[in-house]
Amino acid sequence: MVEHELAAELLGDDAAPASRDVAEYALWLGDDALILSQQLMQWVARAPELEEDVALANIALDQLGHARSLLRYAGTADGRSEDDLAFWRDDLQFRAAWLFCLPNGDFAHTIVRQLVAASFQFALYSALQSSADATLAAIAAKAVKEVEYHRDHAVQWTLRLAGGTDESRRRMLVALRDTWPYVDELFRDEPVIDRLEGIAVRPSALRAEVDRVLDAVFTEAELDRPEVAPSSGGGRRGIPFPALGAILAEMQVLARAHPGVTW
Amino acid sequence: MVSVRDAAGIRPAPDLETARRTAGEVADPEVPVLTIADLGILRDVAVDGDAVTVTLTPTYSGCPAVDAIRDDVVLALTRAGFARVDVRLTLAPAWTTDWMSEDGKAKLRAYGIAPPTGRAAVRGPIPVTLGVACPRCGTLRTREVSRFGSTACKALYECQECGEPFDHFKVH
Repeated sequence: MVEHELAAELLGDDAAPASRDVAEYALWLGDDALILSQQLMQWVARAPELEEDVALANIALDQLGHARSLLRYAGTADGRSEDDLAFWRDDLQFRAAWLFCLPNGDFAHTIVRQLVAASFQFALYSALQSSADATLAAIAAKAVKEVEYHRDHAVQWTLRLAGGTDESRRRMLVALRDTWPYVDELFRDEPVIDRLEGIAVRPSALRAEVDRVLDAVFTEAELDRPEVAPSSGGGRRGIPFPALGAILAEMQVLARAHPGVTW
Repeated sequence: MVSVRDAAGIRPAPDLETARRTAGEVADPEVPVLTIADLGILRDVAVDGDAVTVTLTPTYSGCPAVDAIRDDVVLALTRAGFARVDVRLTLAPAWTTDWMSEDGKAKLRAYGIAPPTGRAAVRGPIPVTLGVACPRCGTLRTREVSRFGSTACKALYECQECGEPFDHFKVH
């Protein structure tokens, strides 16, 4: 019987290793997906209804799949496995944008975070499908169909909460205002992007497409885009969102308490 | 046909057709009426002497059934007489329910799961849901209870004629 490495699961062994710059970019996207997945899992058994437990767990599972592919690819640059990258990096070494690290809050906060995250990821993976890097293009072509479904889910709940009761609409407005400062960071270019022409998607180039989608949803939901100052951000440069350390502590504790454990 | 000479004399190595059939008959552990050939995730089978390489593609990026399917393929082909079985996973081209066989769709319906309707297409930001026929009574008067079901590939529906809840294999 052939022994199979878990780490070798999602990509052919013949995939070319990532360069340092490509690995850095794969970490951006992989860390976004990993942290979002970890956060969404916390809704299981706590969502407003059973169907939402299932929905959010399904979305988390898709995000975990994307994270595994991306982290595995990032690790080929220096011989680290997806588990090394997920469980043995500290917050300063993560590259997730702050939006993905925002606390779950109430259900409206989670839905607004999902609306922005999925709209961003859909535009990003749509464009990344034509990357000159075959591995990134393959991961994106797979992921884009899944995040489109996540976007549908968030749009439906946005319409429902905004057009529901006075209380659901009030909470939606609070969640929008609290989340909006973290939107700008998603579209900021960093120096590594200049070195990845044709391989990475320039974040600033996605803004118009994401705005178009969000504006259509806001019009339908009779919501206004909040006017709030953007946060400093810095997740891509290793300036972690304050709560990231606590998120990682919970995610990593088992792997660190029992190095090499499998389950 | 390739033959392998060993101490016991000459015995024929299993051929490509055997390998294809054996791999294709492995069942999806989450929807056991479907084989991986029905599902359209068996992308390639290649035989070299007594070694075989099988290429699979996952349905969804995080699908946990992939591990079980990979082990089942290795087991089935080892039993069929292959000395070396390699299972590779590829993400490209991305799986779509358009690859599900008509036979597979009929099996799903008989099992009580509404098969994917129509062809996968990119939709606009405001979702439009197509009618899904109840696998039991056939009516289109059904209601989506949840866009997400017991596995990543299914949504939960309810029939408004016969009152039964049922899974719908989503168009993907």
